[in-house]
Amino acid sequence: MPELPKIFGKIPSVSELLASASDYMPFIPKPAPKYVSESGKPVHGITAEFSKTPVVVRAAEKVRDAGYTRWDVMTPFPIHGMETSMGIKRTILPALAAGAALTGVAGALAMQLYMNNDFEMVVQGKPFLSWEPLTPITFEIGILLTAFTCVFGMMALNGLPRFHHPLFNSERFLSVSDNRFFVCIEASDPKFDPVRTRELLESAGADRIELVEDEN
Amino acid sequence: MSSIHPDKVTAERLAGLRSGAPAPGRDEGPNLGDGSLVEDPAVRPPRVLSGRTHGEVTQIVSGYAEDPAPKWWYIAITISSTIAAVGTGMILYLIITGVGVWGLNNQVDWAWDITNFVFWIGIGHAGTLISAILCLLKQKWRTAVNRAAEAMTIFAVICAGIFPGIHVGRVWFAWMLFPIPNSNGLWPNFRSPLLWDVFAVSTYATVSLLFWYMGMIPDIATLRDRADRRLRLGVSKAFVVTLPGGRDVTLPLPRPDTLRAYIYGLLSIGWRFSSRHWHRYEVAYLVLAGISTPLVLSVHSIVSFDFATSVLPGWHTTIFPPYFVAGAIFGGFAMVLFLLIPMRALMPNFKDLLTIRHIENMAKIILVTGMMVGFAYAMEFFIAWYGANKFEFEAFANNRVNPRVAPYWWAYWTMIGCNVISPQVFWFRKIRQNPWAVWVVAILVTIGMWFERFVIIVTSLHRAFIPGEWHMFYPTWVDILTFVGSCGIFLTLFLLFIKFLPIFAMAELKAVMPEADTHGHDDDHGEEH
Repeated sequence: MPELPKIFGKIPSVSELLASASDYMPFIPKPAPKYVSESGKPVHGITAEFSKTPVVVRAAEKVRDAGYTRWDVMTPFPIHGMETSMGIKRTILPALAAGAALTGVAGALAMQLYMNNDFEMVVQGKPFLSWEPLTPITFEIGILLTAFTCVFGMMALNGLPRFHHPLFNSERFLSVSDNRFFVCIEASDPKFDPVRTRELLESAGADRIELVEDEN
Repeated sequence: MSSIHPDKVTAERLAGLRSGAPAPGRDEGPNLGDGSLVEDPAVRPPRVLSGRTHGEVTQIVSGYAEDPAPKWWYIAITISSTIAAVGTGMILYLIITGVGVWGLNNQVDWAWDITNFVFWIGIGHAGTLISAILCLLKQKWRTAVNRAAEAMTIFAVICAGIFPGIHVGRVWFAWMLFPIPNSNGLWPNFRSPLLWDVFAVSTYATVSLLFWYMGMIPDIATLRDRADRRLRLGVSKAFVVTLPGGRDVTLPLPRPDTLRAYIYGLLSIGWRFSSRHWHRYEVAYLVLAGISTPLVLSVHSIVSFDFATSVLPGWHTTIFPPYFVAGAIFGGFAMVLFLLIPMRALMPNFKDLLTIRHIENMAKIILVTGMMVGFAYAMEFFIAWYGANKFEFEAFANNRVNPRVAPYWWAYWTMIGCNVISPQVFWFRKIRQNPWAVWVVAILVTIGMWFERFVIIVTSLHRAFIPGEWHMFYPTWVDILTFVGSCGIFLTLFLLFIKFLPIFAMAELKAVMPEADTHGHDDDHGEEH
């Protein structure tokens, strides 16, 4: 089978798709948790809290180099260069936006040409099928569709809106929107190990390590 | 250092001795104003003053939305919402009675309605300019003003949308502007600039709203998290109203923090500050900025086509699109300054986030765009003479400029005085750096920009080709109160915004502070790469 273009990234397996769909649809059963805490709740992962930008950037590089795949860095503002430090692939959003722009332009032209021709209004003897007066509306609709794709495409690729997330169970985590940085390694990561993952985060200079549980 | 002989060090020090007498003139020491007026291009001026940390910025900005509203806010919103109610009443009166309640006549069939429309849509250009064009140009000072300017844009576009909507007469047929299949088998005329305007303004309103909202998602999430945290720690207060006598009454309502957690929670779509999300968010923001830049330039160009594609002397000029765009930026920045300078004085710690340098930068933009507008006025007149079209020359010389024959000469000269002459004071550093002087000029510019549209629309229409059609325009009380009412609607929306939403782009502001530097230089020199 020929390899798919890079922009699509890794194709998720059926079980991975079901696991992420179960976050949004309660009737889809969640997969059995890999680890369960002493209270019997499934473990979401380990978070490490940081208070300095350079430290969290180095911690992200460390986690990336250790080969983890299901992990994330939560920061109050977008950190310059974090994509490289985490090894995030460039998003396909600009390609989607370009597609939307072309769709908008084609749709607007088709609409105006059809409507001008369907109801032939004589205005100062101007031709019905000229392209020049169609330019402004074609441009505006192209922009409109691109803007919708940017905002709603960003949300969709991010899996938002998603009003619940296990991270919000931690009261400490709420300060991420203030001035704290968090690195979270999920328990579902194939490389996750309760002891070694904690040691990795501790050695990265974390101020505090916390176990984050999922509900039910 | 130890390898240098001590005598050599002494020799170097002696060679570097300076005169102890104070240097003459301006070398007494740099005038840093509030600390933001660094002139050395190698030193990056601080964007947040008083050495505020990330935590303090969160506290200050969230405080505006969380603390009880100050007394001036209640007074201001009482006045502005009363005016807004009068304006709404005027709109209803117009819809019930007909456009005859305005002073329009057969010749001057566009007057205050379209003047107000172009005035408001012009003001609505500064927000997107600040968020889009200054974003692409990496003008990071914009982070202190972009949120309020974007909010102002939305509210100005709302006010602008009212006037073309109601001036069509039978408002209930306004849907015919949109290409909706109907029983008459009619489609709108796509070759008309008036229809281009419908698409341009509605696209602009939608994209500005998306831009504003998307930028606010992380900051609304901050307000959500703070409310949620207070609820979990059990420190949130009950819904208490203080009566005028000073007695506190606890209302049987959910706690304010519960409402905040729900409402801000819904609006922030579960944003959890993930770097994977930030990556797509920043790309989306950049693409939005990239497409909004041509958009903001196109909208006022298309508004100017409403006039420029007609054959009326005074309207029929090719300079209109760039001239209108420059005027829109000019008027929009004036309105931003008009709103932000009093807020800076009234709201606690506002001065640490909005510095004198921001005001000075905006004053410079007003000066530049004011000169562009002045150039356009001169060029219009020059072409009217150089083009040797008698009607066009008359439209300028004898309908606008000459006080002895032009009935509306006072409108023209008000426009020139406010838009061309008053911004010239910004050549002086002292005036640019004095917020209240800037505020006075901003008011003059706002007045001048209203008169510009009045001059273009009414003086061109009131004397067209045939003298038998000539008519004066006199506004009725409904005309006046509708315009005043639209100002009330605008101010009411803005006051609600400063009470309930994050008025600074907190996340963006944090990203340009020294603390955000990934190399750990906790100084003001910024990024070295």
